[in-house]
Amino acid sequence: MITTQPRQIASAYDVVIVGAGPAGLAAALGAREQGAESVLIVDREREAGGILLQCIHSGFGLQYFKEEVTGPEYAERSLEAAIEHDVDILTDAFVMDLTEDRRLVLMSPEHGVVIVRAGAVVLAMGARERTRGAIQIPGTRPAGVLTAGLAQKMVNLHGYLPGRRAVILGSGDIGLIMARRLTLEGVEVAGVFEIMPYANGLGRNIVQCLQDYDIPLHLSTTVIDIHGHDRVERVTVAPVDEELTPDASRAWDIPCDTLLLSVGLIPENELSRTLGVRMDPLTNGPMVTSAMETSVPGVFAAGNVVHINDLADWVSEEALIAGRSAARRVTGNPHPADNIRVIPGENVGAVVPQSVSSDRPHRISFRVNRPILEDAVIKLGDVRRRRVRALAPAEMATINIAPRLLESFHGDALRLDAFAAAEEG
Amino acid sequence: MTTTHEGHEAETFVYLCTGCPLGCSLEVDATEEGILEIRGATCKIGERHAEQEHTDPRRPVSTTVRLDDPVHPRLPVRAAAPVPKGLVAPFVAHLRDVVVQPPVDRGEVLATDVLGTGIDVIATRSMAAAAREDTDARLATADR
Repeated sequence: MITTQPRQIASAYDVVIVGAGPAGLAAALGAREQGAESVLIVDREREAGGILLQCIHSGFGLQYFKEEVTGPEYAERSLEAAIEHDVDILTDAFVMDLTEDRRLVLMSPEHGVVIVRAGAVVLAMGARERTRGAIQIPGTRPAGVLTAGLAQKMVNLHGYLPGRRAVILGSGDIGLIMARRLTLEGVEVAGVFEIMPYANGLGRNIVQCLQDYDIPLHLSTTVIDIHGHDRVERVTVAPVDEELTPDASRAWDIPCDTLLLSVGLIPENELSRTLGVRMDPLTNGPMVTSAMETSVPGVFAAGNVVHINDLADWVSEEALIAGRSAARRVTGNPHPADNIRVIPGENVGAVVPQSVSSDRPHRISFRVNRPILEDAVIKLGDVRRRRVRALAPAEMATINIAPRLLESFHGDALRLDAFAAAEEG
Repeated sequence: MTTTHEGHEAETFVYLCTGCPLGCSLEVDATEEGILEIRGATCKIGERHAEQEHTDPRRPVSTTVRLDDPVHPRLPVRAAAPVPKGLVAPFVAHLRDVVVQPPVDRGEVLATDVLGTGIDVIATRSMAAAAREDTDARLATADR
């Protein structure tokens, strides 16, 4: 991959971005296009690109590049765009601290500890996977229990297999992708188990990763025990009732040497929390304005660090906004402050951004708590109503709002609801 | 499921569109002679997908090949065009013996006409030749 390891780090940059995944790379591009003169991206890995580098499958880029590409291609194209715009990219470097007056303490083997001042900061740290600890599966502690993304890194970057016979817990997209990947590499995948009554991954992944290879998907079923001393020998699975309580009397054992967990992602916000930005308990990410600015002035955020996205394309688009906003701040041309809060209502889990302004168009992203199988209605206060075919918790939904819709709105908050058209009273 | 089209018994096949993340449910009414009707597609891609999936299902294929590089033991690659569904596994297996020397450019053709499909395999990322020297330098620094 093309790299631009800067020979020396300046003591001040217009915009410093933490993380060189799809969010960081797009934020850098947005910042440069909007007039920021010096932009630095810092990433702790050896190369820029983030998790995209291990996502070797296709399905990326249809929106952002208007062309379907694989993860590494998406990463490299994003990186090329940043480099063409003279962005400095410092890899193998860690941000140890970020203060409210936007001083970053960086540490790298090459440069040692360096303090950099930033006119604006964009948080683009992404997310990490939920682990066994986060879902508390009982049983012994043998080798062979790992997250799906770690298995993906082992197989696709390092070139070795995690085991010979795997069970996958959770039907998130990474788990589905890995079911296919392991099968093609000669690992037997005994089945995918999902505690919810619906699959959590995209429909196309259910078809292309499971159905194509006759891998069974067991809904409303979960792993209740892990057996094995040194290595996983088998797992016990059981169906769950409507309260998600497993019925041990109907449990069965599956011999396997590997258990992959694909049970969700957690925004990686250690730095944000240390800084003290206001967090949204619904997204586990910073609360952001429509300019993607956090509660700390001059500190912006975008991508999975804010909320978990299904598509890298959305991450890039959101990060362009964050980068542009950061540049607007340092060039003295910020957008007016938001004047309307957006509040999650009926069957809406979380919304991003958490506020909007009436001076320009916005796109609000959200997830429903329960699936609406057909003829769904999205309602934003009394100003916007949109009918969509269906809504599912696995798929992030969006609603656009134009300034003209807010002309006659004088309140300070809009509630976002999602329901089946048939339920409307 | 069967339906009747102008007196002919047709079977209904249901496919999920993989043309984009929307995932429309596509219904194809067909007899052995061919497709009679496609329902459920909300765009042209969906209509084409239904026809393709019914007559000649194909899949995008990605895998990795060996790279002679100490830092990056694997190089991600993909088939330059969708591969017939039944050939995906042998297609991937065929690439197990491929070893690539850096440098590599993204899009570079690494294998041609795999299994007689007429489909090439291309690199999905670039790889610099300097990786080895970088590592040696790094190790030398670490030794001091």
